Amino acid sequence: MDTLLLSFVTFAPAVAALILLVVARGEDAAADLVAKRFALAATGFTFLISLFILAQFDPENTGFQMVEEAEWIMGLKYKMGVDGISVLFVMLTTFMMPLVIAASWGVKTRVKEYMIAFLFLETLMLGVFMALDLVLFYLFFEAGLIPMFLIIGIWGGAERIYASFKFFLYTFLGSVLMLVAMVAMFAEAGTTDIPSLMIHQFDFDSFSILGIQIVGGMQTLLFLAFFASFAVKMPMWPVHTWLPDAHVQAPTAGSVVLAAILLKMGGYGFLRFSLPMFPVGSEVMTGFVFWLSAIAIVYTSLVALVQEDMKKLIAYSSVAHMGYVTMGIFAANQQGVDGAIFQMLSHGFISGALFLCVGVVYDRMHTRQIDAYGGLVNNMPAYALIFMLFTMANVGLPGTSGFIGEFLTLVGIFQVNTWVAVVATSGVILSAAYAFWLYRRVMMGDLIKESLRAITDLTRQEKLIFAPLIIMTILLGIYPALVLDMTGPSVQALVENFHAATAEAGLSNKLAASQ
Amino acid sequence: MIQADLNVILPEILLSLYAMFALLGGVYGGKDRLSVPLIFATAGVFVILAFIVSGSSNGTQTAFGGMFINDGFARFSKVLILVSAAVVLIISPDYLRSRKLLHFEYPILIALSVVGMMMMVSSGDLMSLYMGLELQSLCLYVVASMRRDSLKSTEAGLKYFVLGALASGLLLYGASLCYGYAGTTSFEGIIAAAGDDHADVGLLIGLVMILSGLAFKVSAVPFHMWTPDVYEGAPTPVTAFFATAPKVAAMALFARVMHDAFGGIVGDWQQVVALISVLSMYLGAIAAIGQSNIKRLMAYSSIAHMGYALMGLASGTAYGVEAMLTYMTIYVTMNIGTFAFILMMERDGQPVTDIASLSMLSRAAPGKALAMLVLLFSLAGVPPSLGFFAKWGVWNAALDAGLIWLVVASAVASGIGAYYYLRIVYLMYFGQEPQDALDRRRAPILGTVMSVSALVMVVGVVSLFGIEGAAEAAANTLLR
Repeated sequence: MDTLLLSFVTFAPAVAALILLVVARGEDAAADLVAKRFALAATGFTFLISLFILAQFDPENTGFQMVEEAEWIMGLKYKMGVDGISVLFVMLTTFMMPLVIAASWGVKTRVKEYMIAFLFLETLMLGVFMALDLVLFYLFFEAGLIPMFLIIGIWGGAERIYASFKFFLYTFLGSVLMLVAMVAMFAEAGTTDIPSLMIHQFDFDSFSILGIQIVGGMQTLLFLAFFASFAVKMPMWPVHTWLPDAHVQAPTAGSVVLAAILLKMGGYGFLRFSLPMFPVGSEVMTGFVFWLSAIAIVYTSLVALVQEDMKKLIAYSSVAHMGYVTMGIFAANQQGVDGAIFQMLSHGFISGALFLCVGVVYDRMHTRQIDAYGGLVNNMPAYALIFMLFTMANVGLPGTSGFIGEFLTLVGIFQVNTWVAVVATSGVILSAAYAFWLYRRVMMGDLIKESLRAITDLTRQEKLIFAPLIIMTILLGIYPALVLDMTGPSVQALVENFHAATAEAGLSNKLAASQ
Repeated sequence: MIQADLNVILPEILLSLYAMFALLGGVYGGKDRLSVPLIFATAGVFVILAFIVSGSSNGTQTAFGGMFINDGFARFSKVLILVSAAVVLIISPDYLRSRKLLHFEYPILIALSVVGMMMMVSSGDLMSLYMGLELQSLCLYVVASMRRDSLKSTEAGLKYFVLGALASGLLLYGASLCYGYAGTTSFEGIIAAAGDDHADVGLLIGLVMILSGLAFKVSAVPFHMWTPDVYEGAPTPVTAFFATAPKVAAMALFARVMHDAFGGIVGDWQQVVALISVLSMYLGAIAAIGQSNIKRLMAYSSIAHMGYALMGLASGTAYGVEAMLTYMTIYVTMNIGTFAFILMMERDGQPVTDIASLSMLSRAAPGKALAMLVLLFSLAGVPPSLGFFAKWGVWNAALDAGLIWLVVASAVASGIGAYYYLRIVYLMYFGQEPQDALDRRRAPILGTVMSVSALVMVVGVVSLFGIEGAAEAAANTLLR
């Protein structure tokens, strides 16, 4: 069926942003309120329309659905579509954006530009998850840096300039290498169409460059180029250092988008490109990725333990949780990949909510230092309850969505590499340590600090923002099939293709050796 | 016979005649009082000629025994040169008036240099190449030093002249070697003498000398030294002109010589072009980081951009030339917009060029800042702007030709280069509060040119306005 549903959903926020850019005038509070309401309406509308995508989506079909195709410049194609892997990320994005806008109600400076930046950002993020053309994907992927650069730079904290430059240059350098790989793929396969490239078999005969033997040949090189980009985006240890800076300096809404959606692009990229297109390259590099992930989980958890700044602590915990995702993806079995997708979605809700939680007290006290707080439970019972729930979910308590993701990825990895699983499991304990310690220091005890006496509990609006996140976290925790039914068949196809490709490669390598 | 020859070079003759009459009119008429009408008249003539050139017959005609070639490639380049020169003229008067530089010679010199450029891109012989090149250069030396009371402008003109003369000398010496070894100065003769495999050492030395001369004209490393000083010293409209039309002409001439005269021995010059290309990218990217003057910054930016355009040329294929032409078209559009912005930078009625004066421009002039944001990201090659597609094209071409190392190197260079464009964005959007703000003056023409250029960078992503097709056809006539 040839509806333009996907393009409509993708570009609706951009059109809203253009309207805001052209039509809205004035700098006073009334104009600001109009801009806020308009942005909220636009993102809400986008979410409602995106529900049609979910309704039309057929989980049993493992191919791309609702595909739209048109000629584009320079022999490229404009092609959009969703499959079981991407559709839920689209939903995550449209779901989070209204909450993000609602959480930005307190923004006072340059409100119109702020809303425009977020609306454009939504379009670009949706485009990343729907693009079925290599260049189109890159376009959306890279362009997302521009609004985010401005969001951190204009509305960020004291060190925002350093953070915004670090964010931009880190990710830009990473993705430029990916672009080179894309050009190479275009040169080799003669197309930038993602479904065709998934079928295309890239060369994997080993060769040596400057005396270094490259096992897996071209596939390994292409894999590494894509890895450079996605690992930075993800972010994986040791290229994660931009994330704490960006998170701490970004405004609350910026942190939420960064944690809930932008980080997922890296994992999505691995699933969309690395595994299906370079199976042999992935197979060769699996051990490397496993150990990087295991180090990330343990190391960043330890680093999180000693943080003084709440946002930084949660940022490091994000890096640790993303370690489970990469591990699950490269375990390349049903549980691992399912778990990775689940973990990404659940982390979207949980970390988004945690950053919102920090935003709540930051709005009141204008500090994120942990030792500036203590005993908040006395004045803010509702807040304490919600923070408790998301802390539990972050730790991976059964009954919350965080558990399912961590458990599935660990099951997946255990079948492939037991030692990595053992190391990674220790991260579960460490995450309990830093999360509960944070909770104890901020929430528990007596309210002795003079400055905190007047702090007020959540307003009704803040509760409303948290409500959908609470529902999703618990709902997915007790009924994970909601997600797994959607992703299952596509993941199964992905995993089967991957193993078929690597098995064939192994066979042909042996044949080559015997001749 | 002569009749047919004259028909082929009719646009050049018309433009020369116009320049002569304009000169007479200027001398006997009101001198500098006539300059503004003359500027607009010249721009009008350029546009009309662009229509004539683009509408003239298809196919390839030669005149004067192959000295002059009018093919699709030449027509594409000429249209680009004429249109960009016309736009640059249109955005000049404001600045020239405020600096009391409204001399009537300015549009005439520009017109004559454009004649030279048209000769360059059409040349089919080393002699006509040199004539065109010199006609262009001599006019440019003069306009560079148009601000006679300014030390910097005079220095710029002198520097440009001395180094330009050196480059011309190199080129002439190379031409004489080519003549010595090939026995002819016509490109057809040289390509026959050079053969399909490897050329004589003498011819090779000639080739390298010619290549050096041309590299000077496109300001590629290591012949770039003049660029920052001349860009900084020359009056801004002249700088805008330097950054656009002459670059196109020199790049087109580069392609013409390399393919028409040395097309059989691509292997002999490919590595040389690739090397100057990669050096230009890195020098442009790194040296621009420390600049505080926006004109100097644009000089380094153009050096880097020439590096990318040369990448297309280095691939030595028709697709490479096509990518180069597309690149130049996009580059010229971006640069005109950026220079329109620079021309609008004024404080207390005086032009300023320090980057720090752009602090928080987004609050004082949100529209202008937004347009500049788009242009800067396009210059940096960040999608979804056209600047990205320009790079995509040359990368594809280079990779097709097997120059993987060049593609990887240029990717890293573009990452480094993004920094200095970002720095301007940073100043405009979240820099310190400015001590004294820029004037908020109305400049309808400049504003329009800038907005159109920024809009093209965005809208062009949806459709390239047929540039691709035209560039492809042009490239194919060159490599027939």
